Amino acid sequence: MNMIHTREKLVVIGNGMAGMRTVEEILKRNAPRFQVTVFGAEPHVNYDRIMLSSVLAGEKEVGDTIINSLAWYGDNGIRLFAGDPIVAIDRQAKTVTSESGRIESYDRLLLATGSRPIVPPIAGLNLPGICAFRDIADVDQMITASTQHRRAVVIGGGLLGLEAANGLMKRGMSVAVVHLMDTLMERQLDKIAGGLLQRELDERGLNFFMNGQTEEILGTDRVEGVRLADGREIPGDLVCMAIGIRPNVDLAKKADLEINRGVVVGDDMRTSDPNIFAVGECAEHRGLTYGLVAPLYEMAKVCADHLALEETATSGYAGSILSTKLKVTGIDLFSAGNFNGGEDCSELTFNDTGRRVYKKVVLRDGHIEGVVLYGEVTDGGWYLDLLRKKEDVTPFKDGLLFGQAVVAAMGQVKPASVDDLPADYQICGCNGVCKSTILDTIAAKSLSTLEEVRAHTKASASCGSCTGLVESLLKSALGDGFQKAAPAGMCKCTSLSHEEVRRRIKDERLMNIPAVMAALGWSQADGCSSCRPALNFYLICAWPGEYQDDAQSRFINERAAANIQKDGTFSVIPRMWGGVTSAKELRAIADVVDNHGIPTVKVTGGQRIDMLGVPKDRLPAVWRDLNAAGLVSGHAYGKALRTVKTCVGSEWCRFGTQDSTAMGIALEKMTWGSWHPHKVKLAVSGCPRNCAEATIKDFGVVAVESGWELHVGGNGGIKVRATDFLCKVETDAEVLEYCGAFLQLYREEARYLDRTAPWLERVGLDYVKARIVVDAESRKALYVRFLYSQQFFQNDPWAENSKQEAPNSEFALLATVDA
Amino acid sequence: MQDIVMDRDWLDVGGVEEIPLRGTRVIATKSGPVAVFRTTDNRIFATRDRCPHKNGPLSQGIVHGTRVTCPLHGWTIDLATGEAIAPDRGCVPTIPTQVVDGRILLHVTQSGR
Repeated sequence: MNMIHTREKLVVIGNGMAGMRTVEEILKRNAPRFQVTVFGAEPHVNYDRIMLSSVLAGEKEVGDTIINSLAWYGDNGIRLFAGDPIVAIDRQAKTVTSESGRIESYDRLLLATGSRPIVPPIAGLNLPGICAFRDIADVDQMITASTQHRRAVVIGGGLLGLEAANGLMKRGMSVAVVHLMDTLMERQLDKIAGGLLQRELDERGLNFFMNGQTEEILGTDRVEGVRLADGREIPGDLVCMAIGIRPNVDLAKKADLEINRGVVVGDDMRTSDPNIFAVGECAEHRGLTYGLVAPLYEMAKVCADHLALEETATSGYAGSILSTKLKVTGIDLFSAGNFNGGEDCSELTFNDTGRRVYKKVVLRDGHIEGVVLYGEVTDGGWYLDLLRKKEDVTPFKDGLLFGQAVVAAMGQVKPASVDDLPADYQICGCNGVCKSTILDTIAAKSLSTLEEVRAHTKASASCGSCTGLVESLLKSALGDGFQKAAPAGMCKCTSLSHEEVRRRIKDERLMNIPAVMAALGWSQADGCSSCRPALNFYLICAWPGEYQDDAQSRFINERAAANIQKDGTFSVIPRMWGGVTSAKELRAIADVVDNHGIPTVKVTGGQRIDMLGVPKDRLPAVWRDLNAAGLVSGHAYGKALRTVKTCVGSEWCRFGTQDSTAMGIALEKMTWGSWHPHKVKLAVSGCPRNCAEATIKDFGVVAVESGWELHVGGNGGIKVRATDFLCKVETDAEVLEYCGAFLQLYREEARYLDRTAPWLERVGLDYVKARIVVDAESRKALYVRFLYSQQFFQNDPWAENSKQEAPNSEFALLATVDA
Repeated sequence: MQDIVMDRDWLDVGGVEEIPLRGTRVIATKSGPVAVFRTTDNRIFATRDRCPHKNGPLSQGIVHGTRVTCPLHGWTIDLATGEAIAPDRGCVPTIPTQVVDGRILLHVTQSGR
């Protein structure tokens, strides 16, 4: 049949994830069949809505969310009208009309209009400062608000609301979450898991108002807060509505298609009009609508079959079993299926309250009916696979909760290896990519990197939780040809990681830098300016009493015990214990400033005094004069303990509950002189008003009536991070012990140049709690090692260095030449 | 400080041992400070004490191999040529040196190429 005919016209209403995935699937099956025209309401190309949570949290950029660039539309001959929504469908004439008045005829029409945020019928909705959490415009509004305002209220404690709340908190806002129910994410979690989640988020700083029915939004010119039905009022400058979503069926309704909650479709994704299909959140299938991505992609495949291969398509959509994960960094939870059980169901539960790990598997007739995991989710995919296949788990029921590895060890299933997974095993839940698709694409396109696999298959391109599996597949496919991208070596001189280097320093008793470089095969004899200071620190930490510090491997500031400035002069900051000084010290400082002609004197953020503009050759004389008045080095220049900021506490303050100043001084006396992977700052506040800002310090102490709250991992620098709550202790001695133990853990295990905040995020608060709070022996051992090390390092470098006024010291000129 | 011995254009500025291994000392000259570097293998280099980037004092940097890394913003300079290591681009004037009997001699008329 050589007849030439014009291509059929497919019009797609909706430029979102479901619509464009369907188009991609059509292109794979039968690209020449259709002339595709796409109308989208948003003025953007197709982007990954799921990733907006990461954009809001500052972990990704908007650009990272783009699925298909403008070039993709062009390359595939797709006409895109972005920012021009369709306003009417004429089913008789088979045309659609856009807002701008464009009329387009179709042979086949695909509805992928998605959903709309649910807005409750309450007063005050017209005020500026209210947003949803649905699209790029919402995220832009939230990010802008976070730079101009302090407090946000998120209405809705479901998946969407919590991701919005977390993102706003990470942007520095104080966030309250109002939730109608008494359990967070009650559609995905049972009460116990919901409780664990609430506790975790509460400790991170979110404020929860449970059983809260929002009645009114308050404000005159802008939102000022919300009022709940029980009278509670919550102040806020931004209100984010994240109650839920509702299928967007307006067009279908006007066109008189059959609708219920969503646009009703059959198993072939066809609506009541055989020329019109619907996919995604706007579609209702067998009485269910879906708001997660995996079902949308399953629908897209079936829909593409019937559009592209109409005559021969046999596939049918049979509904989806949902699994969920929360995109909040550091929180692991997973749920799938019917996890609330019911008649004929039995439950297996595991609840480790210390580690906050909770697992529940609901069984019916020997197979898994539903699962909830909190804290440990590695086996989520395995449970989901067993659930989908309705596999009989009775033979290994005893080991089920302990995961696939234990069951494998029991000899009941084969050990987990990607090679053993069936071809149709779904690797990427977000994008619905199964094992065979990934392997086939790797072979067909000769892919060799994770990025390429992501680009070609979308596997692990959304939430990223299956990255490890995708890498394993790539490795299995390429064998020796596979090169894992991360983790890179410490620096260009070695391929060994920081951890590996530290381990071998200890194991092989390497006692100096040349020995480390020789034993570990350093590629450059001297190393470089990155690895030398790191190795110097690792050796100090490993062998405190034995290692001979290498001055030439220290950055100039630590070598000169002062802070280099842009003009090559130095700044000098003496220690002021706990921020307390005296007339005598201030006079001495004034005299030093006068006698040495120091141009600038400034009060620092760490409650001390900075003298700026001292030429290097004058440093020894300046120090000698400061030493004479009892002032010692503040280490304001080092990867070391800097300051302990305090408030005046119960000695003066009418609100103070404990003597925070004395506690600060005690901490500083214990910790000064200690070297660390990076600078370390402490603070002690005398009451929860927290005037010493202890919750943005590496180790913060906040006094309460009955003792001291300990907080860790805060940072006020480039990326502000509030501390995580470690625990509460009762006695002063305990504060010192926990502080010493925490600092020693950080010294021993963080990578050089990691502040405590990124280190803590990497290892997890649970790990730190396990080592410091739960395991008392571990804590005491760390504390002892810290104190042991301190006996070698609590020497004032100024006193030592000012002895170096000798002619050949670092601080003297080698020569003065008259040329 | 050393007494300066004139030998035509070569000036004795001190002993090799006066500079620590992988270390630097500074010489004051009429046209500004000069940094004198001693590498692991006891070679001596001299440059103007001024990073081509933002004039940072190279004498305060970490010496590794025949390179120094400026303390201000981390540019790395090749001591033999004075050239910044790519991708940075720039050059600091170098000053010829020689070591005779453990003494460092600096070529004074060539106070910068």
